[in-house]
Amino acid sequence: MTEAVLFWILAVLAVIGGIGVIASRRAMYSAMSLVWTLFCLASLYVLLRAHLLAALQVLVYAGAIMMLFVFVVMLLSMTDEEKGKARASGYGIAGSLAAGTILVGVAFAVAGQPSPEGPLAVGTVRAVALELYTEHVLAFQVTAVLLLAAIIGATVVAIRRI
Amino acid sequence: MNIFQSIGDQLIGWLFEVDPATWPYTYLVYALLIALGGGLTFGFVAIFAGPVTWVERRVAGRMMSRIGPNRVGPQGVLQWLCDGLKCWMKEDLVPACADRPLFRFAPYLVFGGMFGTFAVLPFGANIVATELNVGILYLLAVTGFVVIGMLMAGWGSNSKWAMFGGIRSAAQLVSYEIPVAFALMTVVLVAGSMSLQELVLGQGGMPWEWFVFRNPFLFAAFFLFFTAAIAEGNRTPFDLPEAESELVAGYNVEYSGMRYLFFMFAEWANLWVMSAIATVAFLGGWQIPGVSPEVIAASEGWTFVGWQALSVAIFVAKASVLVFFVIQLRWTLPRLRIDQLMVTCWKYLVPLSLACILGVLVLMLLIPEGSLVDMLLRVVMLAVGLAIAITYLRKVRATYLATRETYRNMEGKDQWYPAYRLP
Repeated sequence: MTEAVLFWILAVLAVIGGIGVIASRRAMYSAMSLVWTLFCLASLYVLLRAHLLAALQVLVYAGAIMMLFVFVVMLLSMTDEEKGKARASGYGIAGSLAAGTILVGVAFAVAGQPSPEGPLAVGTVRAVALELYTEHVLAFQVTAVLLLAAIIGATVVAIRRI
Repeated sequence: MNIFQSIGDQLIGWLFEVDPATWPYTYLVYALLIALGGGLTFGFVAIFAGPVTWVERRVAGRMMSRIGPNRVGPQGVLQWLCDGLKCWMKEDLVPACADRPLFRFAPYLVFGGMFGTFAVLPFGANIVATELNVGILYLLAVTGFVVIGMLMAGWGSNSKWAMFGGIRSAAQLVSYEIPVAFALMTVVLVAGSMSLQELVLGQGGMPWEWFVFRNPFLFAAFFLFFTAAIAEGNRTPFDLPEAESELVAGYNVEYSGMRYLFFMFAEWANLWVMSAIATVAFLGGWQIPGVSPEVIAASEGWTFVGWQALSVAIFVAKASVLVFFVIQLRWTLPRLRIDQLMVTCWKYLVPLSLACILGVLVLMLLIPEGSLVDMLLRVVMLAVGLAIAITYLRKVRATYLATRETYRNMEGKDQWYPAYRLP
């Protein structure tokens, strides 16, 4: 009961934030709406008892990545003409179609799943770590190599400028 | 089962004489208690932030050979009430060209991010709002909102000083989050848990049972954490976002009245939060010397309440010592330049904290807990720590004695320095 009420409140708030991202004309407001949406999603993860995922969501996305976005917005300091006018181009239609396809796909995938009941231990640090280091250890290590390559790449690109 | 639920169940049974498991209104009582707990914590922040501003200004005065606020109340202890009242009565100005919604919302975000950390801070043996198994990650995550709030304030003010202050603080906080996280990972490794309560339970009441004195790498990690935490709190020597000589006051320069007060609240709350985290992670938290957590859990009635109160007192005392140390540091060290700040973080603190993690891992494999070498290492580290503490206290005393005569001459006069002065 409590869970359902919280879910609907958070879900509606998250969707409002999502609409804010695409509807607001100022880049800064879009970025802030995105932070809001990410925070609401993290709260939904808490409802699903995925505490680790929720903390990482806020830490990585709302904390670090959005910081990057906001920095870029601030440094570009867009003028009024560049703020963007409402327009429907080919990209817009293609993007909407892609987003719609993903939405339908996710909806189909999730529809039959039962929601977790009672205090599950799937989202704790220990549970996630056990999964990561046993079942998915190869994928985990490949991702680590990928991230390392990205870090080295960024350093190589940046070092010429310094 | 958290503290609100257990107190709520007790209350329901006592007040309404019904079984809480079957009573339909339990959630109302829980919600009421959570609101009460939030209010209490808010009160704690306010009560802490207020007098600490007075302590800081008096210490500043003493260290600069002047007097500091001593007019309101005995020795000026009520100065903070006047400051608060003054800020409260002031007009809440918004600059003409500012981005109104962002400008008005930013202080709450900064304060909210800081206030959120109190949800997981264990104040005592059972005095903790929630026991999250991702406690440390949660701490790092909610403080992220502080950065966003500062950027919002800087951007929304539409002033170059505020903008530079905001950008600087964002760059600084994002950079220094990394050594903070790495230094905290060392204790996570030793305790085997990210829950703050588990971290405390992994230590003991006696100093040699604390994580900080366990081995040289944890000792180093404590100092790394503390340095980086000071930087995260925008305190001197890392207070570039508010560098008065360059930026007037940084991101909060356009604010007035209550909104300005909220920024100040967040700053002082942060002073408490970082000292509290250092205490929890490295200095044994609320552990009472000679009393094991099992004894506390087994006790009943007023003994239980007594143990709880004692554990809270110990925790607050330890954290307050750290707070006082940070205040002294502020009036001792000069400010770094922005490039020095970044170099300190990326070239020294980050590699050193990584080395600490590796060192802790190696020592955990080599030295089993409770062995002779382990004990010996703890004793040696404790001796080193004591030596550092004694040197520090001797230095402070020598500096104090150097100007004692000047202050002694003021005795009985208006400018008489505090009653708690050293001999």
